[in-house]
Amino acid sequence: MSKSLVPHAPVSTAEVEPHRPTDWRSIAMERRIRRRYAAERRFRLLGLGAVVVSAGFLAFLLVVMIAQGHLGFVETRVALPLDLRQARLGLTAERLRGPGADLALAGAGLERAVDAAANRAYPMQGGAALLSDGAWLRVRDRIKRDPHLLSRPFMLTLPVASAIDVAAKGNGTPAAERSVAALGPRLSRGIAWSFFSGADSTDATRAGIWGGLKGSLLTMLVTLALAFPIGVLSAIYLEEYAPRNRATDFLEVSINNLAAVPSIVFGLLGLAVFIGTLHLPRSAPIVGGLTLALMTMPVIVIASRNAIRAVAPSIRDAALAVGASPIQVVSHHVLPLAAPGILTGTIIGMARALGETAPLLMIGMRAFIAAPPGSLTDPATALPVQIFLWSDQVSRGFVEKTSAAILVLLVFLLAMNGVAILLRNRFETRW
Amino acid sequence: MSSLTLLFLIAALGLVAWVVARARARRFRRSARQRFSSLPQHHGWYVALCTVVPALTFLLIWYLVSPALVTDAVLASPRAATLPTAGFERAAILSEAREIAAGRAFGAFTPLADGLAPAYAAAQTRFDAIGTTVALLLAFAGGAWSFLRVRPGFSARTHNERLVMALLLAASLVAIAISAGIVLSLLVESARFFRMVPIGDFLLGTRWNPSVIDPDDPGAALGAVPLFWGTFFIGAVIAMAVAVPLGLMSAIYLTQYATPRTRRWIKPLLEVLAGVPTVVYGYFAALTVAPAVRQAGAALGIASASSESALAAGLVMGIMIIPFVSSMADDSLAAVPAAMRDGSLAMGATSAETIKRVLVPAALPGVIGGVLLAVSRAVGETMIVVMAASGVATLTLNPFASTTTVTKQIVDLLTGEAAFTSAKTLAAFALGLTLFVVTLLLNIVALMVVRRYREAYE
Amino acid sequence: MSNNPPKMTASHVDVHYGSNHAIRDVSIDVYQEDVTAFIGPSGCGKSTFLRSLNRMNDTIPTARVSGDIRLDGEDIYARGMDVVQLRARVGMVFQKPNPFPKSIYENVAYGPKIHGLAQSKAELDRIVERSLTRAGLWNEVKDRLSDSGTTLSGGQQQRLCIGRAIAVDPEVILMDEPCSALDPVATARIEELIHDLRGRYAIVIVTHNMQQAARVSQRTAFFHLGQLIEYGDTSDIFTNPRQERTKDYITGRYG
Repeated sequence: MSKSLVPHAPVSTAEVEPHRPTDWRSIAMERRIRRRYAAERRFRLLGLGAVVVSAGFLAFLLVVMIAQGHLGFVETRVALPLDLRQARLGLTAERLRGPGADLALAGAGLERAVDAAANRAYPMQGGAALLSDGAWLRVRDRIKRDPHLLSRPFMLTLPVASAIDVAAKGNGTPAAERSVAALGPRLSRGIAWSFFSGADSTDATRAGIWGGLKGSLLTMLVTLALAFPIGVLSAIYLEEYAPRNRATDFLEVSINNLAAVPSIVFGLLGLAVFIGTLHLPRSAPIVGGLTLALMTMPVIVIASRNAIRAVAPSIRDAALAVGASPIQVVSHHVLPLAAPGILTGTIIGMARALGETAPLLMIGMRAFIAAPPGSLTDPATALPVQIFLWSDQVSRGFVEKTSAAILVLLVFLLAMNGVAILLRNRFETRW
Repeated sequence: MSSLTLLFLIAALGLVAWVVARARARRFRRSARQRFSSLPQHHGWYVALCTVVPALTFLLIWYLVSPALVTDAVLASPRAATLPTAGFERAAILSEAREIAAGRAFGAFTPLADGLAPAYAAAQTRFDAIGTTVALLLAFAGGAWSFLRVRPGFSARTHNERLVMALLLAASLVAIAISAGIVLSLLVESARFFRMVPIGDFLLGTRWNPSVIDPDDPGAALGAVPLFWGTFFIGAVIAMAVAVPLGLMSAIYLTQYATPRTRRWIKPLLEVLAGVPTVVYGYFAALTVAPAVRQAGAALGIASASSESALAAGLVMGIMIIPFVSSMADDSLAAVPAAMRDGSLAMGATSAETIKRVLVPAALPGVIGGVLLAVSRAVGETMIVVMAASGVATLTLNPFASTTTVTKQIVDLLTGEAAFTSAKTLAAFALGLTLFVVTLLLNIVALMVVRRYREAYE
Repeated sequence: MSNNPPKMTASHVDVHYGSNHAIRDVSIDVYQEDVTAFIGPSGCGKSTFLRSLNRMNDTIPTARVSGDIRLDGEDIYARGMDVVQLRARVGMVFQKPNPFPKSIYENVAYGPKIHGLAQSKAELDRIVERSLTRAGLWNEVKDRLSDSGTTLSGGQQQRLCIGRAIAVDPEVILMDEPCSALDPVATARIEELIHDLRGRYAIVIVTHNMQQAARVSQRTAFFHLGQLIEYGDTSDIFTNPRQERTKDYITGRYG
């Protein structure tokens, strides 16, 4: 009989006792199991609660912004009877049709005439103070379109001053509220188109987002023009051609770290280098664009690298075997397949740049700019910076303008992210 | 000629070069029957690139260098002898003259500027002419030389590809240049700062009041400890107290309990939280959350509840950070092998017990990495604290009190037209350097933690 | 079997992957008229050696090839050798069919386009038709040339890849286990195809299937652990191997 291969294990004293099977039916066990199931339910509810609370925060934020901001798109107007025949403006219909029309309108004293009409029509509610400072501009535009109005009386609804506007929307001082009550049906509401076409102003009824929007658009243009080519080209080099050595590792690590640097540090860099050393104009879109490009480039590099890496290696082998050069492999095969991923990453990076405020504050885009920028080197502001500047305003009318501007910004970002997600879903290739 | 016209001209020359070179290459291909390494279009591109690239490179350098040359020429003219010596005034007069010469301004505040304008215009015209001539010469020279090289045996494609490769490498080096730029600019300015303020005073001092800087002892009012504390308190304590439980539990629910359809809708929703601009969060914090917190504080009997409390800023920051924690935790939990979960369930454990005792410990390195990255993000956050927290530096444990952070102080210090060399401005750079180093360390540690985790499973 | 000079010659070739000495001192000749098969157990280096013949090992950073490999007498690793042209003259078909995610027409037309082999669209059409006909696929796809190459079955995809290789007018076609991902019917069709292509192109086929090697090739090389153990006429190798190890492998003793 051969020796057994299994070593002889010593028997422990614990095994001497007879082993009792677990009684799953005992009262104690049943109670324990019930408790465990209850804990399970509580835990699950906790998880669901966390998701609900997080989504709830988002919903709450949106609701607050919409509640505060929807009236920012609306302006209160008052009906004003006007008769410009008595105003001695020195304007005729023929002059208004000719080339010197704007100059004639500017020098005609129209503002005085409108104020006088307001004083006549609403002496008890403040007269000219009832109207917004920009009200006469509406009259001017109307007359320019229809010169016949110079020769007969007409009625026009004009925007009211900020205090009255705020009171009409329910938040004014007692005195303003009394005026609103007195004006009653002569007040009406309309869409505040000037919010979209106007630039910054100290008067809440005239403040518009166009200045900030145009500044943002110009800045984004510069950012895209710089960050996209450099980002994509770097990604191609790192993924396809860079040799695997210490220098390349260092490059990769640098880029990954750059993506995590706080945005305000990029602002400091922009301040020190672009404004301090290169003496570029402060608060110009070109400086803002350069600074944001520094910040966005690493994001685009990382997204592009992931997209390129996702292309199957067998495609590259097939192209090489047919005699394509390494550059042809990338440009004919890899890039077309990686393009949707690269575009998605770029759009998301640009959306992030659009919402950035801190770096732009650092390079000086925090001044009051009354006119939209005309070129890349004019002083400008950006939409998020505009929101920040308005949030500091004391006047109550700016609360709704700030929230309305936030809504516009959110719509843009939603659109950009939506396009990115659409791209990703439509072109997601499955290998 | 204007720069736009010049660029068009060079582009047109490049186009002509392309067409001509391609035609020539086509001609000699037709006569021979062997295989060539480069197609006619490659020869076209080669000659076009040799025409355009040297000229454009020169123009780029010229654009950066010529303003200084023009200024030097003007300073050398006799009219300039009466100018004050180098400084703010002289620079202002020169820039006025430049604007007049360029036709962008009419009439000057100083008669001197008016007098210099013609000299400026003359110098500008002269240097423009030089630049244009050299650029065009380079274009023609490059085109001609490369055209002569177009021969049957010439491997144009290889040359083109080498140029493209160089371009790719250059693009990657820009990334290095940026990193170097950040570090260098921060270091240089901070070095200047630390010459004025001893580093010990800055890093260990507890009094921060930049509005009362004593020129003889600037360090006494620039002790940054309250700022570090405020940043830590708001970003790492309060914000994380909100973000970690909510983020982790959301991730657990989404990976373990939610149906695929729910997950498909909720996950993007959480990502939207990350996409909201921080200025919106800041406004929301200032408008809604801060007053609510103050009222809550008053209701709880805390008399000193501020309307710029740390709690308000921290709460909103926490909400903003939820997606960071949630997505890292989600990835880590999803990466735990299904076999582990199955093994635990097969023993009769409930889902909750499996998650708490098996999955989360297994996913812990990834979760911790996510938390560290989230802290790094919170610490660097600016707009929420600028709009919702105060600028007064205090060392307090009371969340209802107001305190300030490093990022808010950076913004405040650089407001106004303070000169680049004052202690206030340079302090901002020193703070920036500290922020950069801290976030860098947090990221490195986070990545190390995550990497060690990845090795355990593969 | 032939008196003509060999199309490709390899002398004393070594291949290192980093510190791994994958191919040791292999010398072999490939003739234009014959189909040459490389056989041997997994991991013995047949694919590695095959990839050296069209310099596909260049794409692996740690690979080092030493020795002398010549195509029509020219050293393919010489400094002046254009790799791009080499790979057009020495084509390759891979183990797993890898058509481009483009149309069938574009798959075949890609090679001729980048090498400038067609002066007009009509000529390109002719090249595509000729290549697909020679690859035995034309009748099945002539009505749907604009369909994506990935919609074809596995066997059809592999024939498409062969057609793609043929389109650049190669002199040698290397096949790395072309049938191992295919079912027996598709495999039989490919083997028929190899028989048709023999002579027009020098074919080298790596296979782990000994019976396949016996069916399609005229010369066989047996590799083991990176070394060339025996090389000769197929019939000789399979009926009367000279080396002990060859005999053991053929008779199924191992592998």
